[in-house]
Amino acid sequence: MEHTEKETDQGTRLESMTLTMDSLSQNEEFSRVVVAVFASRLNPTLEELDDIKTAVSEAVTNAVVHGYQGGEGRIELTAAAGDGILTVQVKDTGIGIADVGQAMEPMFTTAPEGERSGMGFSFMEAFMDEVIVESTPGMGTTVTMRKKIGG
Amino acid sequence: MEASFIYEAKGQTLIIRLPKELDHHNCRNLRYETDLLMAENYINRIIFDFSRTKFMDSSGVGILLNRYKQMKAGGGRTAYFGAGPQVQRVLKIAGIPALMEQYENAEAAFCE
Repeated sequence: MEHTEKETDQGTRLESMTLTMDSLSQNEEFSRVVVAVFASRLNPTLEELDDIKTAVSEAVTNAVVHGYQGGEGRIELTAAAGDGILTVQVKDTGIGIADVGQAMEPMFTTAPEGERSGMGFSFMEAFMDEVIVESTPGMGTTVTMRKKIGG
Repeated sequence: MEASFIYEAKGQTLIIRLPKELDHHNCRNLRYETDLLMAENYINRIIFDFSRTKFMDSSGVGILLNRYKQMKAGGGRTAYFGAGPQVQRVLKIAGIPALMEQYENAEAAFCE
């Protein structure tokens, strides 16, 4: 894990952290707790913390379930805080998404017979202010989410 | 480690006490376990108990929706109680309150 500090445009300090971990389902809880603790420096409300945890859980679960299909892989989790905004990035080098637009449609799921609700991206969008999904089939997926805290 | 799910059958009602963290990791065994219970017992009502649950994400919603569909297909009903603030928000966004009966507490859910 590394921890860096940079200057933002407004001159306030931008603090960030990155951690990489195995693609394991138990890291879904680990990731959301880590980001929640990191985000606490922005003095979020309990509701904002719940929102952040839910969105992180969705993104990391996607990497585990879809990106690596439950197989081996590494997930990179980055969080940054500055100017009252939390940015979280979840990156995998798994199978990627051929049609990001379709994947982000509510209720769309690649496993309709399974237990998946197809609401992962909808939840990220509902709980964060901005969600950007970049993906290349065979190369992996990067989800970047932003949320204004205390605004 | 505490058990993920606790199942309790009362007549034709199956009570499922949900875990503290209702995510993909903790939901892995629920489908198999409930299918087994429902095959062995005549169940026409499922009540989800959220009293222990502090966190739920869309994986939890997937679990709930599938049990709801199973019950509905057989003319059964689904209800829940004990949802805290985070769970309430997630349930609302997922549209669950329109599908399942919601009760304040265990007594109200069982009286029905």
